[in-house]
Amino acid sequence: MANRIPRVPVREQDPKVRATNFEEVCYGYNDQEAALEASRCLNCKNPRCVQACPVSINIPEFIKHVTEGNLQQAADTIAVDSSLPSVCGRVCPQESQCEGSCVLGIKGEAVAIGKLERYVGDWRIANADSLPKPEITPNGHRVAVVGSGPSGLACASDLARLGYEVKIFEALHKVGGVLVYGIPEFRLPKDAIVAKEVEAVKRLGVEIETDVIVGRTMTIDDLLDRDGFDAVFVGSGAGLPRFMGIPGENLNGVFSANEFLTRANLMKAYDDEYDTPIYAGKRVVVVGGGNVAMDAVRTAQRLGAEAYIVYRRSEAELPARVEEVHHAKEEGIVFKMLTNPTEIIGNEKGWVEAISCVEMELGEPDESGRRSPVVKEGSDFRIDCDVVIMALGTSPNPLIKATTKGLETNRRGCIVADEMGQTSRQGVFAGGDAVTGAATVILAMGAGRKAAKAIHEYIQSK
Amino acid sequence: MFEIVEKNELANNIFEMKVLAPRVAQSALPGQFIIVRTDEKGERIPLTICDYDAQAGTVTIVTQIVGISSQKICDLNVGDCFADFAGPLGQPSEMVEEDIEELKKKKFLFVAGGVGTAPVYPQVKWLHERGIEADVIIGAKTKDLFTYVEPMRKVGNVYLCTDDGSEGFHGMVTGLMEDLIVNQGKKYDVCVIIGPMIMMKFAALTTKKYDIPTIVSLNALMVDGTGMCGACRVTVGGKTLFTCVDGPEFDGHQVDFDEAMRRQAMYRDNKKTNPETHKCNCHG
Repeated sequence: MANRIPRVPVREQDPKVRATNFEEVCYGYNDQEAALEASRCLNCKNPRCVQACPVSINIPEFIKHVTEGNLQQAADTIAVDSSLPSVCGRVCPQESQCEGSCVLGIKGEAVAIGKLERYVGDWRIANADSLPKPEITPNGHRVAVVGSGPSGLACASDLARLGYEVKIFEALHKVGGVLVYGIPEFRLPKDAIVAKEVEAVKRLGVEIETDVIVGRTMTIDDLLDRDGFDAVFVGSGAGLPRFMGIPGENLNGVFSANEFLTRANLMKAYDDEYDTPIYAGKRVVVVGGGNVAMDAVRTAQRLGAEAYIVYRRSEAELPARVEEVHHAKEEGIVFKMLTNPTEIIGNEKGWVEAISCVEMELGEPDESGRRSPVVKEGSDFRIDCDVVIMALGTSPNPLIKATTKGLETNRRGCIVADEMGQTSRQGVFAGGDAVTGAATVILAMGAGRKAAKAIHEYIQSK
Repeated sequence: MFEIVEKNELANNIFEMKVLAPRVAQSALPGQFIIVRTDEKGERIPLTICDYDAQAGTVTIVTQIVGISSQKICDLNVGDCFADFAGPLGQPSEMVEEDIEELKKKKFLFVAGGVGTAPVYPQVKWLHERGIEADVIIGAKTKDLFTYVEPMRKVGNVYLCTDDGSEGFHGMVTGLMEDLIVNQGKKYDVCVIIGPMIMMKFAALTTKKYDIPTIVSLNALMVDGTGMCGACRVTVGGKTLFTCVDGPEFDGHQVDFDEAMRRQAMYRDNKKTNPETHKCNCHG
């Protein structure tokens, strides 16, 4: 029986070594490892993994192609549902999606679907030049896409395949959105992977203009009325960082995770060749338990700091991917669970000196179904540190909302859109974090693809 | 790429550049800023827009050399290009939104210090084009450091002061403000102050004394400048706001200047930047 083979371990950089560099942690499977791991798949008749995938990739089929060594077909299978396999294979929370539903996982270990997806995606990147160019017949319609993150790239490539002339407007100087400013190099290589995925989108004829802030440089109405686009997709992503509202958050040495990661990732501040400075301090406390918190704490450690995670619930509730938590622990990150900051304390010059915390215990489940943390009386203590990084999520960027008449937003400031991305404005569609608030790459990509379908229907029925 | 089509040295180490950026020029309004990056390895530097010409497609910026990044900006010459020139960012000045007839009833006093003079110019010019003449105080350490005096004279009533008395009123801008208000009996309904943080702090204290509503333009540290990083947060009236999306102009009587100055100096001792870098990006 194939399932007697244990899950093929993936090769990784030694934790001690990688904690001091920014190179990718995981090396991925080679051909033999991938074929062996793929052979573990039972090819279930009613594949639960497909149901658990936010974009319903035909997982058993692509894995079967891998088993048979037909990587072109494996890539084609994934491409039906996903445009960013090399990215999603690296950053999806597989343990709570496809792999979490794998039958093999009930008694043993799930098939390493994410690692196999990455393997196929990387094969496609490596062989991009020899792959046949898709034949596209222009249909004479133009669509503008706001933001070049996962949702924008996915929406743009689907529309381009359908024959639309697509133009992406990106506010920053680099293309990729959260893939370049948020997720660190050691988890998602920028030149080897992200830039290549972007190249693939450009090869479909999609034009990308950087340094354009829609809502400022031009408005959605400009795009529709002045520039003659038939529709607009808004994938403007996450926005303003949240803070806790505790005393001391504006002290020097307190950063949002967005700032810290943008300095490190987008501006490459960790590299002495680049001009942007970054301050990692000697001891860093990162507040939060999501992927962004893990990215920030591991970045801080790579910059030479002793790095802590402070999280108010217990380890079981950490929203981060299991793999990231595991990697962070291997690298020596200190986890302070059931701990909540109450104040950041500064020295006489206004720089962070310590963070005051209280211990928490888990009470009754809250609306999210997670047991809500309650303060333990008299448990105050302090952690001496010189940097505090807040990784508490974001609220949507107000620019597009403020400059687009008739575009409905909810009370949290997220753009209101239906299942297919249709907003309250005709011809304006939206998806990704701008609609859902901070979520995952795969959900954003899925939303971009749904919106592409809806835009196609909208324009064809005009 | 954004080409520099004109470059002038306004004073020692202070350069004015006209940059071809048609999209920015078309949308720019007084009070807004841009983010500039010289090259692939450069920082994203916020600079206040000093003038714009939608027809020519140009935007004017003024930079003083204070550190590595401003040096890189000023080393560029006519024909060279900025890798990035993104904007306009931030909220336009309040006056732009106001009813013209209401504006005409108001007497404006602008107070400009150091390189802050250039960002004051588009506001005074905007009012002038609508038939509103404002008083403008321009302060400098010494007369050789004055910038934008001649263009400003064409659009407003200019009063000069120097710390050393080499030209105009002998003293700081606060002294000249008192002189205009107390000795010359001038009445102002709005005061707009742009310059080094320390100057804005004391000039705002002066207008507070005379109960004149006051607007300041903050030059906080920024990374993206579009509302993502939160580096530019500032306390205004006890609330934390983001300079890039809520500002850059704020109520001068509500800003916590001491905190703003401390935050502005955050990277002063960073190994990548010489001691003076980030002291300011544009205002002096």
